[in-house]
Amino acid sequence: MTATRVAAAPARRRLALLALLAVVAAAGFCLIGLAGNWEYALIIRSRKLATMVVVGVAVACSSVLFQTVTGNRILTPGIMGFDQLFVLIQTMIVFLFGALALSSADPRLLFAGQVAVMVVFAGLLYRWLFGRDGRDLFVLVLAGVVCGTLFGSLSSLAARLINPNDFVVLQDSLFASFNQVDPALLGLSAVLVAAMAVWTVRLAYRLDVVALSREHAINLGVHHASVVNQALVVVAVLVSVSTALVGPLTFLGVLVANLARQLTGTFRHLTLLPAAAFVSVIVLVGGQLVLERVFGMNTALSVIINFVGGAYFIALLIRESRR
Amino acid sequence: MIEIKDITKRYGGTTVVDRVSLTIPPGGVTSVIGANGAGKSTLLSIVSRLIPADEGTVTVDGMDVATTPGERLARRLAVLRQDNHLSVRLTVRELVAFGRFPHSGGRLTARDHRLVDEAIDYFELGDLADRQLDQLSGGQRQRAHVAMVLCQDTDYVLLDEPLNNLDMRHAVHMMRRLRRMADDFGKTVVLVVHDINFASCHSDTIVAMKDGAVIAQGSTADMMTPELLHQVYDLDIDVHDIGGSRIGVYFS
Repeated sequence: MTATRVAAAPARRRLALLALLAVVAAAGFCLIGLAGNWEYALIIRSRKLATMVVVGVAVACSSVLFQTVTGNRILTPGIMGFDQLFVLIQTMIVFLFGALALSSADPRLLFAGQVAVMVVFAGLLYRWLFGRDGRDLFVLVLAGVVCGTLFGSLSSLAARLINPNDFVVLQDSLFASFNQVDPALLGLSAVLVAAMAVWTVRLAYRLDVVALSREHAINLGVHHASVVNQALVVVAVLVSVSTALVGPLTFLGVLVANLARQLTGTFRHLTLLPAAAFVSVIVLVGGQLVLERVFGMNTALSVIINFVGGAYFIALLIRESRR
Repeated sequence: MIEIKDITKRYGGTTVVDRVSLTIPPGGVTSVIGANGAGKSTLLSIVSRLIPADEGTVTVDGMDVATTPGERLARRLAVLRQDNHLSVRLTVRELVAFGRFPHSGGRLTARDHRLVDEAIDYFELGDLADRQLDQLSGGQRQRAHVAMVLCQDTDYVLLDEPLNNLDMRHAVHMMRRLRRMADDFGKTVVLVVHDINFASCHSDTIVAMKDGAVIAQGSTADMMTPELLHQVYDLDIDVHDIGGSRIGVYFS
């Protein structure tokens, strides 16, 4: 009997509790206030629920992975402007090839192409920002804000330059929300997220070691560069999926990754990743449930998430600067 | 045997390690001494593949450290650097257990748990085992890190200033433990030490470095001379025989 095993028990119990809460939120979202044509409502609701689960899992896993490979607890792909980068890629495709190419191409093929471009550029962005040792956290946060704004501005510049018809098509694909998601894209996204989850689980023990530090990882025989590269590919794919489905959710990742870490009190990815995914689902589904059924509002969830997440992010930054 | 051939490392325009060739025989304790900036830590990091060399090769028992798969080397060679900042919060026991990763890949066996417990007991960390590392003093953290590296149970153990932050008792304790690893288990221990008297009392071989080059290598008795120490440190150091050991006196 060792203390490690004793300490693992409450983490596992808390994980089970989070899973239960996520299921309750999901059931509540589907069933509360169901009236009239309930079959139709149930289909609409479960599609919305599926979207939130896919996006929640994608954001949670990409944030935890990104924090692990960058060795900090504050930065996430959202904060570093990765999802703005994806929006820019989408816009540039319309800008360069026109809406006709966009609407005539197989949406899955198009999406695969966007993801591939995203993987390359996210990798370059990572190299550029994190390539050197000992970057100051605040410089990185600043760089992230600048990158996010730059990509956002470039997207809107390109959007202004393209012709109005193309712009309508683009807007259609950019301003997606939880309420209106293409079922074909949702299915493909679910498969992609599941594949990335399997890949991540296979990396989980090595990620635990990489989380210590680069030197520890190499000493313990982990091919640090290879694990980081694999994790970055997974992050790029997951960011693409969630951004393609519902657009940028800048501060959801930092919120759920840190909440999961605080709630489970562990660094182990086999516990941390599912915990973050459950927290993410609870925040998204629970938040949507409260907004829709209690306050009767319809689309403001991402605003509230960004408000709460942003406040939390600032609190983290202040706490970090005091250390 | 560790064979270092023509290793050179440059940062920008400055050459930190300058065509160093060195053979460290298997078994025994080898101390690397030298002033700040002599290139000791850089050389140790190159030998343990933490940083790549610009030129030259390092082989450990014939395995080139630059090309041998990491997990194979990790079962033969363990290294502890000077600065061990961790970006995650974990307990002493969790850290020490990582030492078993090259052998068990994250899923610890009963034997792994036993070795972890032994290492924790040896470094008197039992009461602290379930405390978070960031709640410990520098010396306690240092002991936890050394415990992790020893838990790795490798033939070669490379330590960069393992006595950092340790009080006298724990420093002596640490050196005795390293000595015993070499004597009882035939391990090869290489350490960077700043205190020449610890090097003198506990090592078989001393390697002296200055300005990125090895200026002398030899048995402890041969190396602990006022002339050589003056050459290494640019400081007048009297050497006395006290209790069977050669002790350098330089405090006044």
